Amino acid sequence: MKYLAYIAIERKEAILDPQGKAIEHALGSLGFREIENTRVGKLVRLTVDAASPESARSIAEQASEKLLANPIMETFSVINVKPVA
Amino acid sequence: MRTHIVVFPGSNCDHDAMHAVKNVLGEHDTEFVWHKDDSIGKNVDLVILPGGFSYGDYLRTGAIAKFSPVMKDVIRFANNGGMVLGICNGFQVLCESGLLPGVLIRNAGLKFACKEVNLRVDRSERFTGDIPEGTILRIPIAHGEGHYIADDEVIADLERNNQVMFRYVDSIGNPTSEANPNGSINNIAGIISKDKNVMGLMPHPERACEAMLGSADGLKIFQSLCSWFAIQSSKEFATERREVSSREAVPI
Repeated sequence: MKYLAYIAIERKEAILDPQGKAIEHALGSLGFREIENTRVGKLVRLTVDAASPESARSIAEQASEKLLANPIMETFSVINVKPVA
Repeated sequence: MRTHIVVFPGSNCDHDAMHAVKNVLGEHDTEFVWHKDDSIGKNVDLVILPGGFSYGDYLRTGAIAKFSPVMKDVIRFANNGGMVLGICNGFQVLCESGLLPGVLIRNAGLKFACKEVNLRVDRSERFTGDIPEGTILRIPIAHGEGHYIADDEVIADLERNNQVMFRYVDSIGNPTSEANPNGSINNIAGIISKDKNVMGLMPHPERACEAMLGSADGLKIFQSLCSWFAIQSSKEFATERREVSSREAVPI
């Protein structure tokens, strides 16, 4: 069965995110005073052929560890696994 | 000095490196190696991973390049003590491949930095053996992601083991924050592996090899490599001679 696995990749908090900062400034100038600490990450969607959602998640995690995220500067989490509609 | 320069899709300083080593330095045994090749070639002295935007910098700079077929052999070569020089994107590839610690992220100032900088040589060995420590070189930089970071422990290790080769400095050699073009920790511009055989740096020495181009300071790095390899081969020659003469000395 085929599953969609969504992986969110974020920079670690200690790492400067200039893109997030620039967006935060722009939001501030639009009047969004209540928004702070804007961070920009990546969303990767994989289509995984697996026996179960758990197995699809595990494959997505292995792909993240091997390639999609660099543990020196990023963290990742598989935020959703669902069957392909 | 047999030098092989790896060409990834998106490399754009490969010809600059070739020009510097082959035409300016006069090392004619210099060739390109295609990223799809399984091998870097035979009897190679130096592998250069050039600057550019390998694989369009997709995912992260250098992240996809590390899985190129040729990189397996580059990693094997480096782990056996082979000399590898990574310039700009090549430095990013070395970090992603785990041959050098840390990672290079977006410049702190957001902007792509393209200018000549003052680069202090902190160690004089192998890649920099002809350059006295403390020398300030004028070398161009051209990068959007040259902000070197690593865990505190890794940085402490690099400093303790004298693995920081180059720092961004002001005109009198101080690593000030004004002289730091990208926010790199401790103004680090280039580092070397523990075994001193893999070096990566963000500035482009290959673009500063002729006075006509504004600076010939970069050539000193390539000349240092030539000197180092010349010393190595004379040592090997001396060892061979000793072995031969000791064999001859054995009574039959």
